[in-house]
Amino acid sequence: MEQRNGFMGHFQYCLSGHPTLPCNVLKFKSTTIMLDCGLDMTSTLNFLPLPLVQSPRLSSLPGWSLKDGNAFLDKELKECSGHVFVDSVPEFCLPETELIDLSTVDVILISNYHCMMALPYITEHTGFTGTVYATEPTVQIGRLLMEELVNFIERVPKAQSASLWKNKDIQRLLPSPLKDAVEVSTWRRCYTMQEVNSALSKIQLVGYSQKIELFGAVQVTPLSSGYALGSSNWIIQSHYEKVSYVSGSSLLTTHPQPMDQASLKNSDVLILTGLTQIPTANPDGMVGEFCSNLALTVRNGGNVLVPCYPSGVIYDLLECLYQYIDSAGLSSIPFYFISPVANSSLEFSQIFAEWLCHNKQTKVYLPEPPFPHAEVAVNMLTQDVSLSLLINTLHFQYGAQFIVYFCFIDWLIQTNKLKHYPSIHGDFSNDFRQPCVVFTGHPSLRFGDVVHFMELWGKSSLNTVIFTEPDFSYLEALAPYQPLAMKCVYCPIDTRLNFIQVSKLLKEVQPLHVVCPEQYTQPPPAQSHRMDLMVDCQPPAMSYRRAEVLALPFKRRYEKIEIMPELADSLVPMEIKPGISLATVSAVLRTKDNKHVLQPPPRPTQPTGGKKRKRASDDIPDCKVLKPLLSGSIPVDQFVQTLEKHGFSDIKVEDTAKGHIVLLQEAETLIQIEEDSTHIICDDDEVLRVRLRDLVLKFLQKF
Amino acid sequence: MDPECARLLPALCAVLADPRQPVADDTCLEKLLDWFKAVTEAGSSLLLLQEHPCLVELLFHALRAQDLSPRTLSFALRLAGVFAAQENCFQHLQQGELLPGLFGEPGPLGAAAWVAPSVRSGWIQGLRSLAQHPSALRFLANSGAVDTIFSLQGDPSLFVASAAGQLLVHILDLAMREPAEGRVCPQAWDWPVCARKIVCHLEDCLRSDAAPRVTQALHVLTTTFGHCHGLWTQGLWVQLSPLVACLLEKDPMPAPHTLVDLLLSVARSSVPSSDPGLWETVAQTLSRLSPTQAGPLAAGILKLQDCPQALRIQAFNVLLQPLACVLEAATQAPATPGLLEGAAGDLMAVDTLPPSKSACVGLLCSALAHLELLQPLPQRPSPWPQAPLLAAAVTILRFCNGSAAPSSEAGGRLCTMLVGCVRVQRAALDFLGVLSQGLGPQELVTQVFAVLLEYLMSPDSSPMVLKKAFQATLRWLLSSAMPPGCCDLEPCAQLVLGELLAMLQKRLCSPCWEVRDSGLEFLTQVTRHWGGQASFRQVLLASELPELTRQLLQDPESYVRASAVAAVGQLSSWGLLAAPSSPEQPAIPQETPLEALLLILTTDSEGFPRRAVMRVFTEWLRDGHAEVAEDPERFVAQVLRAAGKDGDWEVRVQGLELALVFLERLLGPRGSSAAAPPSVTARALRALCQVQLFEFAFRSLFDCDRPVAQKSCDLLLFLRATATPPGSPQEAGDRPNVASVEAALRRWRAGEQGQPLGELAPEAILAVLRSMDLEALRDTLAKSSDHVERSPQSLLQDMLATVGVLGDNEADCY
Repeated sequence: MEQRNGFMGHFQYCLSGHPTLPCNVLKFKSTTIMLDCGLDMTSTLNFLPLPLVQSPRLSSLPGWSLKDGNAFLDKELKECSGHVFVDSVPEFCLPETELIDLSTVDVILISNYHCMMALPYITEHTGFTGTVYATEPTVQIGRLLMEELVNFIERVPKAQSASLWKNKDIQRLLPSPLKDAVEVSTWRRCYTMQEVNSALSKIQLVGYSQKIELFGAVQVTPLSSGYALGSSNWIIQSHYEKVSYVSGSSLLTTHPQPMDQASLKNSDVLILTGLTQIPTANPDGMVGEFCSNLALTVRNGGNVLVPCYPSGVIYDLLECLYQYIDSAGLSSIPFYFISPVANSSLEFSQIFAEWLCHNKQTKVYLPEPPFPHAEVAVNMLTQDVSLSLLINTLHFQYGAQFIVYFCFIDWLIQTNKLKHYPSIHGDFSNDFRQPCVVFTGHPSLRFGDVVHFMELWGKSSLNTVIFTEPDFSYLEALAPYQPLAMKCVYCPIDTRLNFIQVSKLLKEVQPLHVVCPEQYTQPPPAQSHRMDLMVDCQPPAMSYRRAEVLALPFKRRYEKIEIMPELADSLVPMEIKPGISLATVSAVLRTKDNKHVLQPPPRPTQPTGGKKRKRASDDIPDCKVLKPLLSGSIPVDQFVQTLEKHGFSDIKVEDTAKGHIVLLQEAETLIQIEEDSTHIICDDDEVLRVRLRDLVLKFLQKF
Repeated sequence: MDPECARLLPALCAVLADPRQPVADDTCLEKLLDWFKAVTEAGSSLLLLQEHPCLVELLFHALRAQDLSPRTLSFALRLAGVFAAQENCFQHLQQGELLPGLFGEPGPLGAAAWVAPSVRSGWIQGLRSLAQHPSALRFLANSGAVDTIFSLQGDPSLFVASAAGQLLVHILDLAMREPAEGRVCPQAWDWPVCARKIVCHLEDCLRSDAAPRVTQALHVLTTTFGHCHGLWTQGLWVQLSPLVACLLEKDPMPAPHTLVDLLLSVARSSVPSSDPGLWETVAQTLSRLSPTQAGPLAAGILKLQDCPQALRIQAFNVLLQPLACVLEAATQAPATPGLLEGAAGDLMAVDTLPPSKSACVGLLCSALAHLELLQPLPQRPSPWPQAPLLAAAVTILRFCNGSAAPSSEAGGRLCTMLVGCVRVQRAALDFLGVLSQGLGPQELVTQVFAVLLEYLMSPDSSPMVLKKAFQATLRWLLSSAMPPGCCDLEPCAQLVLGELLAMLQKRLCSPCWEVRDSGLEFLTQVTRHWGGQASFRQVLLASELPELTRQLLQDPESYVRASAVAAVGQLSSWGLLAAPSSPEQPAIPQETPLEALLLILTTDSEGFPRRAVMRVFTEWLRDGHAEVAEDPERFVAQVLRAAGKDGDWEVRVQGLELALVFLERLLGPRGSSAAAPPSVTARALRALCQVQLFEFAFRSLFDCDRPVAQKSCDLLLFLRATATPPGSPQEAGDRPNVASVEAALRRWRAGEQGQPLGELAPEAILAVLRSMDLEALRDTLAKSSDHVERSPQSLLQDMLATVGVLGDNEADCY
């Protein structure tokens, strides 16, 4: 049974302005759901790099002074090649915290490991008491990213903390881009490991297509989004409303498990975020460009630096390089992977390695290995029952690539093709051999081991830094290293959906409404003529920006109501049309945990004895004697004939827009007959009115 | 007919007539038919039938038998047509009522066999063969066959329907040929009955509302005006053109593509000379057709040698219109010279382009393809709008890579349709390449190079687009040489070349083998043309290209290795492969290019790189490559030794080509009639013996691959003609002992290739050459390898053997 629900609105609170690092809060039915928790780290580009080893160059940068020579900011701001940087611990731009009381958030749904980096700020500092839902790989890899971030910043303690420059009156006087930086007062330092652990402890693991009930009102389901290991889109639905949250999805076949598009169909609203940040760059072309530049540099005796995250694109690059290095004559070039979490990152592969390497002949069934190197992995698997079980579980959940990735990395390590170190200190300095290729973080070039390599290799034009992560502007990232002799190549690899794919996706799943960040509703500013680089759909997408509240358009507003069996038994349906029966119901509507149930009304208790006692049924409204419900239509001609039979004469009939008016001139009475109502208008002649009413009722069905 | 065939023929006819004996296959019957055609063309068919009554019996049997297979019945119909092509034989068969039986109602026409398309096809082809003389025409008119042909035009089998249409054309031509002789243009009432009947049928079809009937008639007329050149065709057009004009008026126009074909066919015939109104019809059609439909008509008109200038302008505008729209879509200022200046404004509106992506892309691609074909023709429109066309091609390419800014909303839609469209990119790059044949304003040429560089540098260019961009770039570089033929480049092209080489370095490192391959091909070509130019050499030597090219000799992809071999060959020829040396990196002794290529020749498992090596070596020997010139004998000996053992026949043929070049170096070029002086000959022979060229050549003579043997035969013939001119007396005195050589050759001929020839004296070689009948060998080799098996006798034997008539006769192997 359904009930029209005209009182409940659905809203989206937009807490992030970054389309690929979203953070939205959805008020849906009676729940408050946070969709992703992305952390905008581009704010760190305004800070000086944190060198792992004392850098004479960075420490001798001149302080910045105002045009009038006032140098009160020279401790906080340093100048480098015409750019001004904050000399302090880097700070991050948090999602909006004032727009909505975040302690009221019931759940947080995470779509991929890049979109959970602000989690500790939300769960630990806002009074949040709810649950976070994410898939296992998302949590595992998200933890690595957070650990790495904390480690990068904590291992280079910086006494100084700059805050003067944030004063609004002072900020106005600063040169760009500091002058234009938004919400600087809300920028925060990095969280601690303790906060990370506490935040992660609030996460509940979920698997693809698992249905999670929220307070009986809403069901949420993660779906494979094809972008990264464990990445998900989410379906949020009630019985009659469905919201799809598409965030960071990919249709490329090289990804873990194909994107589940079918489940997104029949959505009332589709929230679309996390599209490719480089819509004009084709990932295949960029990988080719990456390989070419890498080969060209090492053949020429130079080193290659690849700033990267400890997970994600690095796997794709290693996979491509694996196919390429032998053919390009690069077999002798060492590849180093340096990250404080390198060991943890390879945890899975190490677990496998214990079991895998002995019996390479036995194959475990892996349907359609998606990579050329899958064969390597397959060959390494054994018949160990517990392992098979684990493999099957992981494979079922996240696709063959989950295993293949780690087996592949393990294979690279076993065969000495990839060497991994937690830091440049220790073993690395002994093994270090040039020319080489180094994969290390952080892609912002503001902290992590990458800072050391930039300082080390920046002076030689033989070396190349290749940017593959699309999150940061490479020119801004390089600014504090100028002047720079090393070659810089920008090969952003972003496998997320592009606008052509979005267009196809929307045609396929046909949502009633699309909601997306405002950046997607117009061409990029630098290419204003590229009308193909925007979301094109009908009706046009509703756009949002940071700190905006959006009322979501829902057409259907119904609630499901259950009828108790004994009440259903008492109903007496009357067929008013073939196949359609109606029955009147007298019941009590009980709503608990967002579930609505019709119960039989309590029977009126008989008064006992002669005492006048307050009736128990006083609690519920009185059940008045019910008037019968009427249905049917009045055929005017027959009605007029009936009137004539009953002695009325001088009857005129007029057609109106909504029906007819029967005019009894003699009786000075009007009968207005319309589709859903009939009015008898006569002068205080109740007898006549009742007579006429009874004649009208003869033409209608009663039940 | 040779006696053996004559002897086998009755048995064969019996087999064919026997439904229990399966005929081998259709190919045999086709071959048999070809043979009968050859026999009847060489002599009298009547005589043949009289001498071989079994043939007539076979035809009668086909008429009577109910259970003959469709393929045999079809064969019999076609055979009867072949015989009846000669009028006396036709009459002979007519008397026997054979022809009315086979081709009239009593025959297969009314029988169950008619459902087989092969029988209907055989019936048409039989009639097509016999319709050669007036008697045949009368027969066709009286037998009702023409009506059957009309109905077969709509046959479900496309082959039958098409053949029926062609037969109608043939009959019409035959009918009109005789009365038309000597007259300027016969009037319709003078036409023979048969022709009138066909023309009436065509008129009915053209008036019909059924599109298939209209299409059938248009096909027949297109073929008629395309193949029949009698003056009567002019009368036919006069008769039918009003009906065609009516078709053009209809909305929608029926069968527009077929109408275009007809108009072009008529325009190419003699009709325009007698009916200038044709041009008006064509002009109307051009204006009524949609841009996509009008393209082929416009292109056809522009290829005509002679047609009114106004129509040519109109046609050219049709082809230019899509490009003009593109230009307009990107033009900010209206003053920019366009392609269609003076034309109606609405023609140029971007809105006139089809709204759907596929239609718009199709229109642009076909316009580009038509203009590309038109450009080199002498009758191309003049003045040729080279500059706007260049601008249009550049703009299209810019729209495709997203770098052009549209000037309007409609332009924005065009931009959205073209961005990333590989099909348009390929067509535009091809067209741009062709435009290099003409000059252009310097500013535009600069833009051309700029857009080509954008494509060459873009990581998003697909391998195929990249290849086309390389080709177009090379053409533009070649056209930029100043003055023509000079190897110096214009300053603009010089600049481009520098950027090109930098880009090429990266392309040679691409993980995509097609890209590496195209890059190497391009490098080979530019080096071939500018390897001697100082500025080019300077840029190239300063780059990594020589070293990268050398490394690509070890590429895992054989095509890339082959291209690397060619590139190394070219670089080395110009001395551009010097070992790298720098203060930090002292020159490491590397293997020379010759050693590297020899290694590939002897060890590479794939044929392509080895063939490429042989081509490079031949070129090096011909051009006097420095490393080769040091000791050519040693070089040739090494190469021939390797090539002789190669399993790839193309490598062996190329080895013989190299041997020939060596011979020419020693004895002078081929084709010169003069024999070499004895002293030169003696020296040459000693050198040839030293490099073991004879062993290689003689072995090749008995090579199981015919091209190798042929090439060797040519080489030895050249050697014999130069070293032992005809009439030169054999030297008196000691006759060299050639017995051992001849014995070895005999064994080689028998397939025993193991034994070496051993040390040979020049005299012995000459003696062997003289004793060999090389001319006879050449003639034998010139015949195809199955010439013995292709004889009619063999064919008959095979067919009989298949059904076991010849007992244990061995079947030939095909």
